[in-house]
Amino acid sequence: MLAIVGTVPDPDLPIVEGEALLEGAALMVAGRRIPTDRGTPALLAAACAASATLGLPAPHAFLVGDQGLGHGSRALYAHLTDTLPGRDIATLVFHYLMPDVMWHDKVLFAVETMAARPRLIADAGFMYAAKMSGQASAYDLFTPDAGELAFLADETAPHPFYTRGFILHDDNNVPDLIRRAYGGGNAARCLLVKGSVDHVADAGGVLHTVDSPCEEALEAMGGTGDTVAGIAAALVEGGLSVAKAAHLAARANRLAGQLACPNPGSRIAEIVVHIPQALKQAMNGTGQ
Amino acid sequence: MGFLDFLRNKTSGPTPSRADRGLLLFENTSEVIRAEKVLRAAGFEVAVKGPPPEVRTGCDLAVEYPLIEGLNILRHLDEARVPPLDAIPVTGPLLTPVDLYHVKDFGDHLMVRAANMKVTVDKRTGVIVNVSGGGCPDVPWLAARLIGQRLDEAPSPRDTGHTLCGYALGLAFEEMKRLCSPS
Repeated sequence: MLAIVGTVPDPDLPIVEGEALLEGAALMVAGRRIPTDRGTPALLAAACAASATLGLPAPHAFLVGDQGLGHGSRALYAHLTDTLPGRDIATLVFHYLMPDVMWHDKVLFAVETMAARPRLIADAGFMYAAKMSGQASAYDLFTPDAGELAFLADETAPHPFYTRGFILHDDNNVPDLIRRAYGGGNAARCLLVKGSVDHVADAGGVLHTVDSPCEEALEAMGGTGDTVAGIAAALVEGGLSVAKAAHLAARANRLAGQLACPNPGSRIAEIVVHIPQALKQAMNGTGQ
Repeated sequence: MGFLDFLRNKTSGPTPSRADRGLLLFENTSEVIRAEKVLRAAGFEVAVKGPPPEVRTGCDLAVEYPLIEGLNILRHLDEARVPPLDAIPVTGPLLTPVDLYHVKDFGDHLMVRAANMKVTVDKRTGVIVNVSGGGCPDVPWLAARLIGQRLDEAPSPRDTGHTLCGYALGLAFEEMKRLCSPS
């Protein structure tokens, strides 16, 4: 099972979990309708579209409302520590959650007590907590953008807000920042770095780059990083190696972007609808 | 040693990671005590600690706080009229907030990035068309409130956000306003 953990910007949403179904521009989880504009719902929407294309069951969502005060995130962390040990999950994705090292460690400890250890993917706030905790190498995949890669590469920064300027300035030199992130023990076993050129890397260096098709507007759109993580998660769940999944996801996300003909003001639902066709093209090695 | 043992050692050791903690520095001890009281009453996990020597200001006490929630905490202290002299990460007392901006011109649209946060505006109308990046849970919430608003009418994320991502978005927002203001 693919399970995805994150928050929704609705403080009134209690912890909900269950199968996530994509219905137009919204998700249905446990009888609740959730817009997919950005954040974890965007990741879930992409994972739903990719899973359906791959013939996989719909992903399982663990969601809670949190508008940034952290109360929802902490309640969900507690729920996970209580319930994960008895779950059967093959791929587990952590996303928009309040970065909190103590809760990160408790959740990771609960994961380690599961009968079969899932492959672990982290992005957004939970990736920040994983780096801060010093346990980045316990993860199979991180999906940072350029600013977040600089944060991973800066061994002193506790949050991207504190990344030192001489590192942040260097975002054109992605391979060096990747080396620096691995050198400091602050990267997952595989990295998918999202940018004008996407890089897939491991501790040995850059494995793949993807630079086409190129839709510049995607960089400005909220949620495009979330959709690539969602596609990668579905491909990992489908049995691909993490690096291969990341490579294909980067390509499929760009193809979906191209099919949507976006501008910098486009919405993520315009991309998600094209994921099935884009993923098929990426897997067949077709598309522009 | 298996990973579980490694993790067990890490989580049960005498010095748990303080990488997500910050220190609030004040002029004197009475301000430290007031600030601690204000923050505890608001439900934040805070503790009074000694500041590292390199940032000692004359006051031998500081308030340790959850770093990521800095924006919300500073707002509480401002409202209580006990603002700190400085707010610093525990693990990097000399680190300063990002002050480097990346600007990208798409023709009709302009994008500004500060740290991990990006805001994009339609130059023809001044309307915010997208917010992206970030990882803290207030980012999607802030994005929903900013998109579709004119830059000169939208609330600053520094006033409405709660986390360091919200703070970074506020910096990008203010830089965008500076770039778009008639000079």
